Amino acid sequence: MIKVENLRRTFGPKVAVDGISFEVERGEVLGFLGPNGAGKSTTMRMITGFLTPCSGKISIGGFDVQENPIASKKLVGYLPENAPSYTDMTVQGFLGFTAELRGYRGSEKLKRVNRVLEMCFLEPVRHQSIETLSKGYKHRTCFAQSIIHDPDVLILDEPTDGLDPNQKFEVRNLIRRMGEKKAIIFSTHILEEVEAVCSKAMIIDRGRVIANGTPEELKMRSQRAGAVSLKVEKVSGESLKSELAKLSTAERVVIEDETETRTSALVVPKQKTMNGDFAKSIYNIATQAGWKIEQINTEAGKLDEVFREITMPDTVEMTEPKA
Amino acid sequence: MNKESFANIATVAKRELTGYFSSPVAYVVIIIFLLLTGFFTFMVGRFFDTGEASLAPFFIWHPWLYLFLVPAVGMRLWSEERRLGTIELLLTMPITTWQAIVGKFVASWAFLTLALMLTFPLVLTVAYLGNPDLGVIFCGYIGSFLLAGSYLAVSSMTSAMTRNQVISFIVSVVACLFLILAGWPPVTNMLVEWAPSWLVEGVASLSVMPHFDDIQRGLLDSSDVFYFLSVIVFCLFTTGVLIRSERGG
Repeated sequence: MIKVENLRRTFGPKVAVDGISFEVERGEVLGFLGPNGAGKSTTMRMITGFLTPCSGKISIGGFDVQENPIASKKLVGYLPENAPSYTDMTVQGFLGFTAELRGYRGSEKLKRVNRVLEMCFLEPVRHQSIETLSKGYKHRTCFAQSIIHDPDVLILDEPTDGLDPNQKFEVRNLIRRMGEKKAIIFSTHILEEVEAVCSKAMIIDRGRVIANGTPEELKMRSQRAGAVSLKVEKVSGESLKSELAKLSTAERVVIEDETETRTSALVVPKQKTMNGDFAKSIYNIATQAGWKIEQINTEAGKLDEVFREITMPDTVEMTEPKA
Repeated sequence: MNKESFANIATVAKRELTGYFSSPVAYVVIIIFLLLTGFFTFMVGRFFDTGEASLAPFFIWHPWLYLFLVPAVGMRLWSEERRLGTIELLLTMPITTWQAIVGKFVASWAFLTLALMLTFPLVLTVAYLGNPDLGVIFCGYIGSFLLAGSYLAVSSMTSAMTRNQVISFIVSVVACLFLILAGWPPVTNMLVEWAPSWLVEGVASLSVMPHFDDIQRGLLDSSDVFYFLSVIVFCLFTTGVLIRSERGG
């Protein structure tokens, strides 16, 4: 549905997007992650045809965005960053205006407007002028605009920004539901959102794609991923370490917390696997040594750790000094 | 121009025009325009003392009144879109940039035309008092309409340069002032010292005044109409270039 090849865009001397390529098919939700100024919004603005790329190709549903802008724009719904809208209009007036630009008139227009008013929970404020609304409502008004023509492609720049937790939950559900039939790209700073909604994720930094894959694959890149965390009662850290050192598959053991009653440790394997064999072998050692296990589990890794590790490789503190 | 692009222009224009009336701008501009035209026509232009059944003392002030009022109407055209960020919304809709530009321009022009048409009591007054040449009055209105359109196109251009409405307003006033004064001897004298004669003549020919005066006298010459239309087309074209340059790489 969306095909981006070698996209590049500069603003004066600054390179905002530097050779990004990817594809999104119908039924996929791609999450854009990255620090501020990484080039997420610029990429989205080029896909929607607002900005012209310096080089590279974008096609949407087979239409080249540069050569056939109108045809490609018809397929796209777009929620720009900060959810702009004409603040002097009423919610209904604004949505009616966008419906008209999408080519709907008369009863069809009314039907479309009513449908999105309901989907985005905007009915109570439909006759209110947009400038009098709270941020959450403003945001959803602009979101409603992006889905008024039930587009095949949705580009959402921080769709949950400024919403309260309940609204975030609703919007995420909406995106996930729509993601079954559409191709969706959305950017966010909230990593749990990526896990909750996306089928694919991409981390962008300084205009380049530095990691991509499913959220699970990305999480595997975390240092903790595949490690086993273990909590045992009344065993000293020292003896825990020496016992576990016998394990040939373990790379190192980190004591994370030690009190009189309880010791917690993180055992990092030499090879990352998620199948639980590593945890099993640790369990065996623990039962042989007669430890009382309070908790044992394989860490799935955290997306925010991966994010920090790869966007700021120099500043991340390791679980233990490498030496 | 097909049906779809016409519909898009109409949609944009309709929104823009409703926008004027949902803010106080429209009412302020209309009231001030009517008050000032009244003041200049009757008090400064001494309408009653001339003893002529003509609207010349009315139209003669329009280049100067429009100098401030038209930029006040046009300054928000694109700078407001940029400030609100709605330009991103508008230009990612399935419409072309020129449809958006023309739609917005037509709406503001229609608004100014409405303000102009509200001066109709003056026509009734002269018609009641004397026996005016209605053809000349009609030409006067056409000239004023074209003049407003030209200034407005200049404002559209300056508002595409910046997101700041004040800057847009000031630059637009200065540009329109240039259009008024371009053929005025102090301006041409400034150039005549050093510039080649083709440039001096070129600058002088940019002036709106001779064209406006011709039409005021009842001479609806195609070259005058062509002048105003080419100012409008040029400025709207430049508006498009400015908007595209911001988006382009």
